[in-house]
Amino acid sequence: MEEREKINRLRWRCTRRAMLEMDLLLGEFLDRIYPALTPEQADAFVILADMEDLELWPLVNGSRECPDPVQAEVLALLRNVRVK
Amino acid sequence: MSKLTIPVRKFDAVIVGAGGSGLRAAIQLSEAGLKTAVLSKVFPTRSHTVAAQGGVSASLGNSEDDHWHWHMYDTVKGSDWLGDQDAIEYMCRKAPEVVVELEHFGMPFDRTDEGKIYQRPFGGHMSNFGEKPVRRACAAADRTGHAMLHALYQRNVRANTQFFVEWMALDLMRDDSGQVLGVIALEMETGEVVAFHSKATVFATGGAGRIFYSSTNAFINTGDGLGMAARAGVPLEDMEFWQFHPTGVAGAGVLITEGVRGEGGILRNSTNERFMERYAPNAKDLASRDVVSRAMVTEINEGRGCGPNKDFVLLDITHLDPATIMKRLPGIREISIQFAGIDPIKAPIPVVPTCHYQMGGVPTNYKGQVVSDDGTPIKGFYAAGEVACASVHGANRLGTNSLLDLLVFGKASGDSVIADIKSGEIGLKELPANFADFTLARLNRLNTQTGGANVNETRLELQRTMQKHCGVFRFKDMLVEGVAKILDIEKAVAMTEIKDKSQVWNTARVEALELDNLIEVAKATMVSAEARKESRGAHVRDDAPDTAANPNGRDDVNWHKHTLWHRASNALSYKPVIMTPLSVETIALKTRSY
Ligand SMILES: Cc1cc2nc3c(=O)[nH]c(=O)nc-3n(C[C@H](O)[C@H](O)[C@H](O)COP(=O)(O)OP(=O)(O)OC[C@H]3O[C@@H](n4cnc5c(N)ncnc54)[C@H](O)[C@@H]3O)c2cc1C
Repeated sequence: MEEREKINRLRWRCTRRAMLEMDLLLGEFLDRIYPALTPEQADAFVILADMEDLELWPLVNGSRECPDPVQAEVLALLRNVRVK
Repeated sequence: MSKLTIPVRKFDAVIVGAGGSGLRAAIQLSEAGLKTAVLSKVFPTRSHTVAAQGGVSASLGNSEDDHWHWHMYDTVKGSDWLGDQDAIEYMCRKAPEVVVELEHFGMPFDRTDEGKIYQRPFGGHMSNFGEKPVRRACAAADRTGHAMLHALYQRNVRANTQFFVEWMALDLMRDDSGQVLGVIALEMETGEVVAFHSKATVFATGGAGRIFYSSTNAFINTGDGLGMAARAGVPLEDMEFWQFHPTGVAGAGVLITEGVRGEGGILRNSTNERFMERYAPNAKDLASRDVVSRAMVTEINEGRGCGPNKDFVLLDITHLDPATIMKRLPGIREISIQFAGIDPIKAPIPVVPTCHYQMGGVPTNYKGQVVSDDGTPIKGFYAAGEVACASVHGANRLGTNSLLDLLVFGKASGDSVIADIKSGEIGLKELPANFADFTLARLNRLNTQTGGANVNETRLELQRTMQKHCGVFRFKDMLVEGVAKILDIEKAVAMTEIKDKSQVWNTARVEALELDNLIEVAKATMVSAEARKESRGAHVRDDAPDTAANPNGRDDVNWHKHTLWHRASNALSYKPVIMTPLSVETIALKTRSY
């Protein structure tokens, strides 16, 4: 899959989610933080974005521990995103 | 004359939308052995139904006495008498049955100590015809919608429903007789455009809350079903009625469920006063949503708002036992921390009324059949859920009645499809030769547009215009101006330009197509609101004040009727409210007070 397709698919999955909270957070993350991620972190983010909202939300707010170290790094960045 | 052609797939039934209503309809159809396709812009369990936290109403009477007739009364009253009483009776009577059914599908409801479904109070739900709050909301912690969608999805997998995920339906197909023959849809992954030719088409596309700038709705709620219906000549009903949820987090729009007030949360102004005691002495903080929203806006307008700009009020749960908050409202604490920067165990949450729910929609009867102006069903066309207007919510929806609506009318629309196929009322009719022309022309216009408008900017302008001219409080001159502005924005929408012309995963194209739907909803809303010269339920006009003749500004003599907006003429017609229930006596018009 070419880069444009990959990003567009990711954008759809970040901004057409079940909950407004997640649209706001992931959309903001994709624009501001994603471009600076390492390739490993970027892959981890794709996995996180494919999770369902109520699965991802506890990981974002830290009420559940994430076993994967790279995903945990990305989650820490995600947690710091402040929406307006 | 058409030379253009696209692939055609045939089904007994095509359902557009995989939220609660679409999945509930699909269970009926697939379990009856019909070849059923469900299209969705996202994976089914990512539908917006997931966001519903508060619960689903049913007069189970598990915690105290309750009766469907009381539920019916509350719903009619909540609707400010604009709801159709046949549909409301149907929904409230069916509620216990569909909720127990959902339990059997595997829904993990909260339990009482005796093992029954736990029920909590919710705004506007009362016992004994409006006497005092009753516990009628059934919930699965604050994940009711999520749990419901998963239970329904699993049941569909078992029944072999065929899902088309990340497909966007673009237009309805009708023939010269007006019969609906299916939809044309776009697969995002390939860019392929395909006709889904079917005996029956069920719209379950959810709401259009993104027409407003400040909204609790996820970005997906672009009103695609409404846009498709309007373009195909189906009128839209009661589109001036939008519910503003009293408690959106100030700034982000993110919702704080009413369940918080059900568990004892209190609204306070800048003087720390529990101001709802003045506006609704009985129901207080649990009064109907529009009553609470209006009270909040009044407090803010009269200078008793909080914060540096005095532009929000506070939702206080600091007096509750932290253990209760953690147990019954855990998600709320997290949301408040992330989006308001406040731990509600320690400090109150800043909140403002925020656009939340669309009461109007594609006109249906209580069987989930889409009806034309005179009430006769449009052959082959059905709708359920937020996209539909049955009308059970009238001018204002009660909380938890929407999830109920999905279950009852999702099921009813499925049953109607089965009955209509069985009776020979509908079958697979031949497609007209030009069936794809309209859609292909739209796509071609978008692909070849030059010197056109930017999609994001145009959408923002639309949202700001709706917010400013058609919000919680509505003003005559603003509405007149709003109509002109929206018609201007429509011209920009007709000329949107996208730079990306590729086929695969072209999200710019999809967003432009969503905007084509938003504009139809925005026009319908603004035009209908400008025309309705009274206040009723969620439609509150400054020039329709509270008088002895018209309490709360409601003018039953002139305005006790449903609006129908017609796209082709951008004009309105009206039809009577159905005041005759199915088996009980009419709940007669009365002033609505809590
Ligand atoms: C934050 C929030 C909290 C709420 N809480 C409650 C509550 O506690 N109780 C209650 O009763 N109600 C609640 N509501 C309202 C209720 O959740 C919704 O009205 C309801 O879930 C809508 O369900 P639906 O099946 O009509 O549509 P949705 O669940 O929105 O599903 C729409 C479906 O249509 C699909 N779709 C849309 N357009 C297209 C297209 N063009 N092509 C293909 N597929 C398409 C989508 O992909 C999706 O699958 C809440 C609403 C919000 C926003």
